[in-house]
Amino acid sequence: MIPAAFEYARAASIDEAAKLLDKYGEDAKVLAGGHSLIPLMRLRLAQPSALVDINGIKGLDYIKVEGSKVHVGALTRHVEIQNSDAIKDKLPILAEVAGEVGDNQVRNMGTIGGVVAHADAAGDYPTIALILDADIVTNKRSIPAKDFFKDLFTTPLAANEIVTEVVFPVADGPHKYIKFRRRLFDWAIVGAAAQKMNGGWRIGLTNVGPTPVRAKAVEEALHKGAKPEEASQHASDGLNPSGDLRASPEYKKHLARVLTRRAIEQSA
Amino acid sequence: MAVTTMIGAKIHRREDPRLVSGEGRYVDDFTRPGTIFLSVVRSPYAHARIKSMDVTQATKAPGVVAVYTHKDFAKVLSGTMPVTPSFVAEKKQNPPRFPIADKEVVYQGEPVAVVLAETKYQASDAGNMIDVDYEQLPAVMDLEKALEENSPKVHSGASDNVGWDLTYIPDDAAVMKEADVVVKQRILQQRLAPTSMETRGVLAEYSKPDGTLTVWMSSQSPHFVRLFLAGAMGIPETRIRVISPDVGGGFGAKISPYSEDWLVPAAAKLTGRPVKWIESRTESLQTTTHGRGQIFDVEAGVKKDGTLVFMKVTQYLDAGAYLGTFSAFQSCACLLAGGAYNWKHVSSRTVGVLTNRVPTDPYRGAGRPEATHLCERMIDLLADGIKMDPAALRRKNFISEFPHQNHFGLTFDSGNYEKALAMALEMVGYEKLRHEQEEGRKKGRYLGIGLSSWIEICGFGPSAGTAPATGGIALVESAQVRVFPTGSVAVYVGTHSHGQGHDTTFPQIVADTLGVPYDMIEMRHGDTAEGPAFGYGTYGSRSLAVGGMAVHKASKKVVDKARKLAAHVFEAAEEDVVFDQGHFYVKGSPDKRKAFGEIAFAAYGAGLPEGMEQGLEAVAYFDPPNFVWPFGTHVAVVEVDTETGDVDLKRYIAVDDCGNIINPMIVDGQVHGGVAQGIAQALYEEVVYDDESGQLKTGSLVDYLVPTANEFPEFELGRTITPSPTNELGVKGIGEAGTIASSVAVINAVCDALRPLGIKHVDMPASPDRVWKMIHNARNASHDGHDGKEARK
Repeated sequence: MIPAAFEYARAASIDEAAKLLDKYGEDAKVLAGGHSLIPLMRLRLAQPSALVDINGIKGLDYIKVEGSKVHVGALTRHVEIQNSDAIKDKLPILAEVAGEVGDNQVRNMGTIGGVVAHADAAGDYPTIALILDADIVTNKRSIPAKDFFKDLFTTPLAANEIVTEVVFPVADGPHKYIKFRRRLFDWAIVGAAAQKMNGGWRIGLTNVGPTPVRAKAVEEALHKGAKPEEASQHASDGLNPSGDLRASPEYKKHLARVLTRRAIEQSA
Repeated sequence: MAVTTMIGAKIHRREDPRLVSGEGRYVDDFTRPGTIFLSVVRSPYAHARIKSMDVTQATKAPGVVAVYTHKDFAKVLSGTMPVTPSFVAEKKQNPPRFPIADKEVVYQGEPVAVVLAETKYQASDAGNMIDVDYEQLPAVMDLEKALEENSPKVHSGASDNVGWDLTYIPDDAAVMKEADVVVKQRILQQRLAPTSMETRGVLAEYSKPDGTLTVWMSSQSPHFVRLFLAGAMGIPETRIRVISPDVGGGFGAKISPYSEDWLVPAAAKLTGRPVKWIESRTESLQTTTHGRGQIFDVEAGVKKDGTLVFMKVTQYLDAGAYLGTFSAFQSCACLLAGGAYNWKHVSSRTVGVLTNRVPTDPYRGAGRPEATHLCERMIDLLADGIKMDPAALRRKNFISEFPHQNHFGLTFDSGNYEKALAMALEMVGYEKLRHEQEEGRKKGRYLGIGLSSWIEICGFGPSAGTAPATGGIALVESAQVRVFPTGSVAVYVGTHSHGQGHDTTFPQIVADTLGVPYDMIEMRHGDTAEGPAFGYGTYGSRSLAVGGMAVHKASKKVVDKARKLAAHVFEAAEEDVVFDQGHFYVKGSPDKRKAFGEIAFAAYGAGLPEGMEQGLEAVAYFDPPNFVWPFGTHVAVVEVDTETGDVDLKRYIAVDDCGNIINPMIVDGQVHGGVAQGIAQALYEEVVYDDESGQLKTGSLVDYLVPTANEFPEFELGRTITPSPTNELGVKGIGEAGTIASSVAVINAVCDALRPLGIKHVDMPASPDRVWKMIHNARNASHDGHDGKEARK
């Protein structure tokens, strides 16, 4: 539980953070909420040479609705998303998901930018970003979510590239996110998201592969008029999840189907 | 407040303001000038030979003071780690264990070297620079495989992996034939990690000029630690002081000594610097002794009318790579397998098996949760076998006359099992729930109701029974009561608190016995430099029934002397002196009374009765005539989501009887914690190793699922009171009761819910994936036209 030695620097601006990342090189990591990174460091599963702390950067903590888009600053904490009236109004599924992340301590510290950049297969926001076609904005560019989550813990971010905001479309139709887990603060064994949008359904799955999954076969079946219980049978199409201590691959695929059906049925 | 009503008073724990506001003092809160930090380098393999070790780099690393290996410790430590007889006097194999490995490592996490450095970071970094050349050897991780003739041997050169094999009572074939219905079941008890909030930790300071050793340690039994250290280090007990300050939980895993308990003091002696080691959470999950880890093969028979006939139990106990100090204690499951019931015959056999895993040792309940689990599971299976209501089968066969001697010669002191069952059924609304269950099933809802009528042996224990079990020292308890001239009282007790509220409970007893205001009583424990010469520590729900009685006995000795003195002051006969509400007076003259404090003052003055010495203090050792036997009935109500296998624990009712109560709030707290820990076993926790590599897979609290308050319903508690005849206070124990009762209440409820699907037994933890798989298999089997019997994985 004792991390390896590392350098630490606190940036006051994005530019300064980028310069610090240049200085420290590839083994440096950005520190936002730290609730994934610090535990990994304590177990020495991550041994970054330096941490560039971006918590001191002003203006990265916001929720703004502009036209048909909802802009969420990278340093926005889960608790702020969970309690935001704007999010509840324009993007209620995100408030629902934020309220299901970790426990109070995690929600008070963890950030949306951190979750997205970390790209853990068990992260909940990535699934929502993917199915809603959100854009991940960095200090260099804007990357569509479908091109962002490339593999387990793998994104197109360059070593000196920092996520600055996530831009979602307004989605205020019926929705539900079901996070199946053992303990209230655990990660999802499997998560299922359903969002009614522009007359169709967006269906997503968490932790059934190295990246979040958009269940297009389910969406298409629903579009063709299939009932939820029929359409949800396609939720496991093409999935090849790895097993872990909590679930076998077979069980995860089964949960994908069951939870997808329930998410659609319970969408409100 | 009348001072003589403290026993039974629901007062707040006086230690809580300190503990909940972060003012508690745990080992890591202590530091001595010049302290250096120790990091343990551990085997990454379950079984390997150490071919060579290169410590050069580590020795040169920044801040490093010393690097020590086996050869260094062999100079200052002698002997092997202790293994007690417990319930198995003769062991077939007891591999000698030195605190640090020499040529061969036999479990992942076994120490191979230590690094001492100026900071814990430097020690940890340098530990990674030690280059150990291992030759991996075949490991045996699985209990059953370890018993196979061709299996790898846990210790190279051993002829087998059997630690012990003892039949307590053989089968009686004639009695077995009397049963109309016989059921057989294999019941698994998964390994559990005790996971106290405060991990283990040791700080040791050796003073060369006077040859004294002071050790701060998170321990349940500081006096035993002193005894062991004295033996291993060749230092007289008088020069060793062991202090267990506030201890943040132990659950049995801080009774036995550990490698680091010797390595840290030895390193302090070798370096001449105070040395501190605090166990990390991963080290704790990996190297603190595990609990349970057993397989039971059980067979039981019943007559059609519900008369229980026989039970036959074989216990296979995964001892780990070495026998733990008390590993054979868990064999008591074999002696208590009959539970709360009259059986014509009970036979049992225990087999202790070595595997390449960390040793097992007592964990909250220690053998008694296992006994309750197997007995109560079998009762439900028998009830199902003869289509009788499980509550009715229990009621029909309860032991109802006390004292009752069971088949193994143990004497149950008192009980009223039916009363506790009746209260629990009333509280849960049993009849109505059964109806609801029936209705629910028609709509595809799977409700389950699980009963657990538990008994427990605790309050260890009488000298005649316990001295042979430890190899010499009887597990009695000591206390000292010292009254100062102004009437303030200091109480020292040899038991130890790691969260049970002794600072409150024991002064409640003293306040009543001495008639002194509760606030004038100072409670001390956990420091071997204070109080009686020897103390026995906390385990087996003994602190009140044995330690509390020692406190009571010492207090009474003080009162006896004070009464003699009062008689002298009043110039009256001793038998005419009344002691009431903290005051002495002569019978018939309550107006001319003297407070206890006045007599205390007089005890330090002149003109005492002839032959009486000054002072007012007493030491007492209490040797109980028997164990004590708490009991009760718990009921769990679950609903199983048959689509996902998720078990929703909807209600939990606990009716417990621990005899007379000193502080009801503390009893409730103990039940809450205990029940939570048993439910944790039933639904969440399991130590998992990789069978191939021998690596621990549950090495963090992300993977080892300790549930939180979020996962539990509000517990509904009830209580009956059947005083114990074993001690004057009429008390029993409650520390382990919740854990002993609860795992099987939940599992019986899960099995009850799944009975319509043809599932008769579910092993622990009843996690969603396991339950779903069983449902899935059962449904497939019935679709295939089979009889719906579950398929075990």
